[in-house]
Amino acid sequence: MKVTTLEPLLAEHEFFSDFNESDRELLAGCAANTSFRADESILREGGAADYFYLLRFGKVAIEYFAPGRGSVTIQTLGEGDVLGWSWLFPPYRSHYDARALEVTRALRFDGACLRGKCDADPELGYRVMKRFSQVVVERLSATQMQLMDLYGVGENV
Amino acid sequence: MSDLSSPTVPHHAFPRPPAPPASANPMLPQVHLLQRLHRENEDTFTLELAPAQGGTLSAFRPGQFNMVYSFGVGEVPISISGDPTKGGPMLHTIRAVGGVTQALCRLKKGAAVGLRGPYGTAWPVEKAAGMDVVIVAGGIGLAPLRPAIYHILNHRADYGRFVILYGARSPRDLLYPKELETWGGRFDVDVLVTVDHATGQWHGSVGVVPQLIKRSAFDSKQTIAMVCGPEIMMRFAARALLERGLEEESVWLSMERNMKCAVGFCGHCQLGPHFICKDGAVFSLPQIAPYWDVREL
Repeated sequence: MKVTTLEPLLAEHEFFSDFNESDRELLAGCAANTSFRADESILREGGAADYFYLLRFGKVAIEYFAPGRGSVTIQTLGEGDVLGWSWLFPPYRSHYDARALEVTRALRFDGACLRGKCDADPELGYRVMKRFSQVVVERLSATQMQLMDLYGVGENV
Repeated sequence: MSDLSSPTVPHHAFPRPPAPPASANPMLPQVHLLQRLHRENEDTFTLELAPAQGGTLSAFRPGQFNMVYSFGVGEVPISISGDPTKGGPMLHTIRAVGGVTQALCRLKKGAAVGLRGPYGTAWPVEKAAGMDVVIVAGGIGLAPLRPAIYHILNHRADYGRFVILYGARSPRDLLYPKELETWGGRFDVDVLVTVDHATGQWHGSVGVVPQLIKRSAFDSKQTIAMVCGPEIMMRFAARALLERGLEEESVWLSMERNMKCAVGFCGHCQLGPHFICKDGAVFSLPQIAPYWDVREL
């Protein structure tokens, strides 16, 4: 019986599209399909960051909980985005809350499994690290733009 | 939608405004009367103006601006935000942030307002015929782009995919929310709206508008992008568009810097070799990019 892996799904996803097939097969060994209901919690700040997710469909809010204000949405992610990078760095705890805003389908990757494969194959590890660094930089850049209050008052005429 | 394989895409020649007579004083405003002042959100409003002496309004092209004069207070450059193919009053959407704009905001129906114009270059709606079009707007930057949106919707079959990306500070700062909803409800327009900060009632996207660029569907080799918003937002948006594969020549943006006379006399708006009022305000990216990073300009 032929075993079908998730590699074709990874190939379709922009995030890993520039990895070669053999890399994607390795990564697919740590992946599983998953889905979330609308309003279902995916990550909780300070909770174990055992997984990261490639979003295939739906919308997810990245949130912080502020006492007295409740949950504040910092960013929303959608199809093609990656959710979670805390699985890469000790102590492997989530830096924020994440919640599905609508029915969301994703590929879920087991962080410990992937770290093991990256340790065993440093070239793969380097490529994964580079890809996730890009995600972190993009999030940082977006946050900086939000902090600048782009649409604030400019020339006062 | 148009068949992009067809070499004979209908081309719309925009009616160009007649040149002013040689004797006309370009600094002399024409008196208009306020027909209606419409509140768009907390600090933004739209003026509907008609000539005091009756007659027809000056024709304009999408992207052009008028100098709007609050008599006794001062004059400001404001893009025209109405439909260029429709008759009716001249529309200007304005944010009340300073002395002149706050004075305009306080006007009552029937008040006199001076207009000079229309001035400046236009969005490349004719050049974009047969191609995909991406509108990237931030904050009040949607107002100068609205005439281009109307033009494309009025000639929808002449264009490929039509994408409108809009970002605002918060849901209550969104400009033209009803129109955004109407456009987004069409099957032939993709509208993505995002806000920097959301309240609990907001179920849309949160994040900055350049992030929407990678999520939207268009053929980067056959696309014209029109970008308007705060200058820093336009820089990030232009970068994101280039990363998506657009050529620099396909990215157009509207600059607004210190415009005073609007006819290239005073030099206040000079940016490198360009007078923004006379050579712009709509520029292609290669015209502007060399000067963006020069902080002394």
